Amino acid sequence: MSVLAVLEQRAGAWNRASFETLAAAQQIARELGTTAAAAVLGQNIRGLVNELATKQLEAVYALEHELLKEYTPDAYTVALAAHIDFFKPAIVLFPHTYQVRDFLPKLATRLGRVAVSDVVSHRIEGGELVLVRQLFQGKVNVDVRFAGDAPHLASLQAGAYRADRVAEGTAPIEATLPSIQPGDVRTRPLEPFRESQRAVDLGAAELIVSVGRGIKEADNIPLIEKLAQALGAELAASRPICDAGWLPMERQVGSSGQTVAPKMYMAIGISGAIQHLVGMKGARIVVAINKDANAPIFEVADYGIVGDLFQVVPALIEAIQKSK
Amino acid sequence: MKIIVAIKQVPARDSQLRIAGSGQWIEEADLAYEINEPDAYALEAGLQLKEKHGGEVIALSAGPERAGQSIREALAKGADRAIHVEEDMGALDPLAQARLLAAAVKSESPDLILTGLQSDDLGYGQTGVILAELLGLPHATIIMEVEAIEGAVRVKRELEDGWFQHIEMPLPALLAVQSGISKLRYATLMGIKKAKSKEVRRVTAASLGIAPAAPSIVLQRLYLPERTKRTQLFEGDPKQAAAQLVEKLKFEARVI
Repeated sequence: MSVLAVLEQRAGAWNRASFETLAAAQQIARELGTTAAAAVLGQNIRGLVNELATKQLEAVYALEHELLKEYTPDAYTVALAAHIDFFKPAIVLFPHTYQVRDFLPKLATRLGRVAVSDVVSHRIEGGELVLVRQLFQGKVNVDVRFAGDAPHLASLQAGAYRADRVAEGTAPIEATLPSIQPGDVRTRPLEPFRESQRAVDLGAAELIVSVGRGIKEADNIPLIEKLAQALGAELAASRPICDAGWLPMERQVGSSGQTVAPKMYMAIGISGAIQHLVGMKGARIVVAINKDANAPIFEVADYGIVGDLFQVVPALIEAIQKSK
Repeated sequence: MKIIVAIKQVPARDSQLRIAGSGQWIEEADLAYEINEPDAYALEAGLQLKEKHGGEVIALSAGPERAGQSIREALAKGADRAIHVEEDMGALDPLAQARLLAAAVKSESPDLILTGLQSDDLGYGQTGVILAELLGLPHATIIMEVEAIEGAVRVKRELEDGWFQHIEMPLPALLAVQSGISKLRYATLMGIKKAKSKEVRRVTAASLGIAPAAPSIVLQRLYLPERTKRTQLFEGDPKQAAAQLVEKLKFEARVI
């Protein structure tokens, strides 16, 4: 009756949310007075499995099969349903990745359960697990409890738990050969690819780094570009930058430009005139970097650094790269 | 091609929400409703497939009487007919919701079922995938493009970190569509006029033979998250300030 963490890898590399889930499984197991275990699916995943064997776990399950080499929801569901049926963990945790979103509801249904998706935190109440998730696009929180029998399944939002809290130890490896038939797999995945050309749609961007007058001249724009790249963010600007032709008009945020609502809006060298603020007030988190502590942008900022952007931005790029 | 598009009616995006006295749902009086945005993109994808390959688009929605408004909107945009599962879905868990939808579409034997990726209200992101499993259909999620090929579909699926992948699967199948993949059409005046005479099949849990099941998960208590809009300022040494900011963005705001 332990807590099982199902971790994610692709082509032999961990999804970075995997170790957050592992840390959560260890923590919840500790709080419930039970043990944690981990499972990973794939083919030729020895290296990853050996890495897990150095963590504080009751067991590391390696589910290896040639039909698990490429992810498909059908093969993953067959393999995990059988594994969970056999080992009967009380709680099964997953990182809330795109891949988990694709197969977890199917797996839960196969097991006659409902998974709680996108969990942001938990607590133990009367010996039972209570999960917190967000409703209405983060406007409302809700405490969720499992009503039926174990196994109880949940996926955890990226960043909700800290990967650096994983407890080290030793764990025995149990290799299993799942029984998957070629006929079980109905979808045929082709080779993953990247796209280089992308039209700018700031309205859909999750992270935006925006630059204003404080950048002083066009030659300094690449510094902000580098920061946006380090964050995986879209680059935007206030009106003066676009008027000057330092960035194309399609990147302008504000009353005469685009209205944006990203998870994070980082305003660099932008004072925060109302014409600019109306374009970005929908942002969930606002970060301001400005040398003027009285700049109005700080009134709407959740976090701020008062300082010279030419010193702060390089330091920020370094800190971001270090945190990955 | 016979396409069913599942659309959900949700509170409008800019709604001011209040928690109901019971603490188990929101106050629904005075709320304005709209088609769940991801589902609007699923409908658009369905209408475009029909324009290209012919066939029929059927809008499917489960919800109380007011959901009829969203159904009429889908019909006005070009859906040929609709199925309305007239039940108050409220906080039903996604399995219970999908059971109703599965029962409602079973007799239709569609070639393709399209859903949005997730709902803007409960946000489980599960109903479509569960529906596929209940109906025994292959599925794929986070779909950017759909291309019909002889008896099958080839879709472009979004992976993380800017990666994509094509996936092929036989029909019938279910696809959960990503938001923002095309421009949404408006209903034309002609469309609105025509919608009035289009068929809406109304069913209920009872008429579908679905008995209410004990829920597997319970929404114990809804509450507004605590917001303290006070700027946390980091001053002094830029290196130190930058490190503190990254730590906060990663573990407190959880945006990077």
